[in-house]
Amino acid sequence: MKLPIYMDNHATTQMDPRVFEAMKPYFLDIYGNAASRNHRFGWEAEEAVEKARKQVADLIGATTKEIVFTSGATESNNLAIKGVAQMYAEKGNHIITQVTEHKAVLDTCKHLEKEGVRVTYLPVKKDGLIDLDQLRDAITDKTILISIMYANNEIGIVQPVEEIGKVAKERGVLFHTDGVQAVGKIPVNVIHDGIDLLSLSGHKFYGPKGVGALYVRRRNPRVQVTAQIDGGGHERGMRSGTLNVPGIVGLGAAAAIAKEEMAEESKRLRHLRDKLQDKIVNSLDEVYVNGTMERHLPHSLNLSFAYVEGESLLMGINDIAVSSGSACTSATLEPSYVLKALGAGDDLAHSSIRFGLGRFNTEEEVDYVAGKVIDVVRKLRELSPLYEMAKEGVDLSKMQWTAH
Amino acid sequence: MAYSDKVLDHYNHPRNVGSMDKSDPNVGTGMVGAPECGDVMKLQVKVNPETGVIEDAKFKTFGCGSAIASSSLATEWLRGKTVDEALQIKNTDIVNELSLPPVKIHCSVLAEDAIKAAISDYKGKTGAGKTAETAAAV
Repeated sequence: MKLPIYMDNHATTQMDPRVFEAMKPYFLDIYGNAASRNHRFGWEAEEAVEKARKQVADLIGATTKEIVFTSGATESNNLAIKGVAQMYAEKGNHIITQVTEHKAVLDTCKHLEKEGVRVTYLPVKKDGLIDLDQLRDAITDKTILISIMYANNEIGIVQPVEEIGKVAKERGVLFHTDGVQAVGKIPVNVIHDGIDLLSLSGHKFYGPKGVGALYVRRRNPRVQVTAQIDGGGHERGMRSGTLNVPGIVGLGAAAAIAKEEMAEESKRLRHLRDKLQDKIVNSLDEVYVNGTMERHLPHSLNLSFAYVEGESLLMGINDIAVSSGSACTSATLEPSYVLKALGAGDDLAHSSIRFGLGRFNTEEEVDYVAGKVIDVVRKLRELSPLYEMAKEGVDLSKMQWTAH
Repeated sequence: MAYSDKVLDHYNHPRNVGSMDKSDPNVGTGMVGAPECGDVMKLQVKVNPETGVIEDAKFKTFGCGSAIASSSLATEWLRGKTVDEALQIKNTDIVNELSLPPVKIHCSVLAEDAIKAAISDYKGKTGAGKTAETAAAV
């Protein structure tokens, strides 16, 4: 076993060597511009792009003409949300999203608010899921878009996407989902789930960084988005800019591998995740699982270790790459807004660790990580005045603290 | 974030971890911070009433590595100092000693506050002959 261990696969994944092999020829040998229509170099590049488009479409149950290549999911989210807001401005000016979206969605919505779009941010329940009745109630005759993520990047819960798709369809509202954490990991099918727009990103499922796609439904209904990048009219006018051929080839290869291996891989990762969870939860008291495990990504686990601060925990397990919802690990010095939205309390947000298992993690690594986390939490609790007080029976919620 | 060697040393080998009897008239207890802010420090001093010298200092800290290091360092510095000398310890001394980056300065401020709270608790006990209830939650 090699240290450090990478277990932060929500942030990014190691590229699959098979993806890298597929990309290789497109740097030095097949370097044409896919938009060059009059020579062999261009044709070969275009052929590679179209093959990748089919591979991506197949992974999500779409057709090739519904795939728009982008630089990644942030761009896809921007294109979907701003593009719909602008294209359908005459129909309405109201968008519904929810509080635990990724910043790429939230900040896009905030941007639109400044331009006069009205945005409803639905709360989530304690389990991390939205309430479908609240969604129904939020829809008005001005609502043009519902944007709810497929799976959450911090807590790994899977939203009731199929039901959301039905609600959207019933009310004639478009449905966009940020599928970054779900695509390539669990079955996603745009027809079955009633999705009109879907964002995905290559590097989240063992593909390259800097490439992603937006699925834009073509039939029933035909969805249109206003381009956010103007230029040569690539990607059927929705996203100009010379195509990133090696990246797109890599995205396609990653999609093909994911489609082929998903069933087996998710079973293996679920087993490892459950083992990690059981070992830790059975060895330590007051460990809380964030987000419901009923609807959950198989490779994902978010735990709060009461009375232990997240950054100090990360420091103790510095040969393991995971992330924390602690304020001290964020640029803003604010604890995770996702965990706060679950009503976990700031103290538990500070104490949270996100484990993200991936294709290249082994059982041996899981055993090591569980053991190390248990040791360090015990050590830090020895150091923790809060743990001491809790053991003495002091009710910490009734204490008068000196906030600073 | 990269930690200085001294922060790592205190984190890996914290000095003077523990608790003393809060009700001991010679023990002053300071507890500062709040769980929702991500750090709580408990610092205790045991003072020789004859000499005014701090004979023992203990801490427990919930917080990041820099908070743990700041309070661990504080207990090292407190031992052997008189109560009045202890009040001279400034957060900037801790910042310099541990090479804390700007985002971690609040950890040193918290340590200074904890020292002051512990000593004020002790003084309160000796001065007014009160028992120790106040400082723990001030």
